[in-house]
Amino acid sequence: MSKQVVEKLKGKFGNLVLDTVEHRGETSIRVERAEIVAVCTFLRDDCGYNFLSDLCGVDYLGRTPRFEVVYNMYNLTNKTRLRVKVDVDGHDPRVDTVSGVWSTANWHERECWDLLGIAFNNHPDLRRILMPVDWQGHPLRKDYPLQGPDREPYQGRLS
Amino acid sequence: MGIEQTKTLGNGFVTTSLDKLVNWSRAKSLWPMTFGLACCAIEMMATGAARFDLDRMGVLFRASPRQADVIIIAGTVTKKMLPVIKTVYEQMPEPRYVIAMGACASSGGIFDTYSVVQGIDEALPVDVYIPGCPPRPEGLLYGLMKLQEKIMKERNSFGAAIGVGEVVNEA
Repeated sequence: MSKQVVEKLKGKFGNLVLDTVEHRGETSIRVERAEIVAVCTFLRDDCGYNFLSDLCGVDYLGRTPRFEVVYNMYNLTNKTRLRVKVDVDGHDPRVDTVSGVWSTANWHERECWDLLGIAFNNHPDLRRILMPVDWQGHPLRKDYPLQGPDREPYQGRLS
Repeated sequence: MGIEQTKTLGNGFVTTSLDKLVNWSRAKSLWPMTFGLACCAIEMMATGAARFDLDRMGVLFRASPRQADVIIIAGTVTKKMLPVIKTVYEQMPEPRYVIAMGACASSGGIFDTYSVVQGIDEALPVDVYIPGCPPRPEGLLYGLMKLQEKIMKERNSFGAAIGVGEVVNEA
């Protein structure tokens, strides 16, 4: 099932599909970041992925590109899942919003912005969702100090 | 209990000190604010329910801070929740007391992270700390009894409230 979707996607977008990984029955597709809205619209309208079950960001500190945004989508008709990933640059992390494709992406993208600082272009309401409104920084980034920027870092039990 | 019958002046008269009467009435009707934050709140509910039965001690949970005497900080206080707790505390009429229930409310507990307040005593004046993660209902009962003992030791807090003298602090 997912093989057909991958072929369909490759047929439509060609070399914008960068990589495909099949692992334990789960399919992950890496696509070009600039075309994420077109890919998602195609997957929703022509491949039946009518439900975005999750959207999250990942921080691979030390790797280039540093960030990744992962879209987990679900086909409610034939009950199949698909994972789409895009690479995001570390200096000015930006992705186009898919909240126009699945409106549930609105809050997921706000969370991603709040905790990882990945901005979403054309998002209707990009503000913090979990942290207090006056919070500085994005705490889920790997270089964010665990105990907060205003405290001495934990040095072990005997310190 | 409470009022010491020092002398009886015929039927219907009891003499006592105002402090004892006021402290007794405050200590024996401690109404906590219904305010749970995490797993400690489950133990707090258990303490209030039939098996441990806080009502027998005059401890009745109130759903409004205007009617509450004590706030039991039952759980992890996040930095985002702190303004809410401060507001609720400020809405309570004086005299008001604070119980820090459990490790999180007392010190942040295991949550030594950017988002958690490292002890509610950073923001509110805590009267009783209850250790445990979470404390058993017996622990909360003991904490409330300790608070009652503390209230019974207050001197001239009523007089200070109506403008007669100052609160006497006896160590």
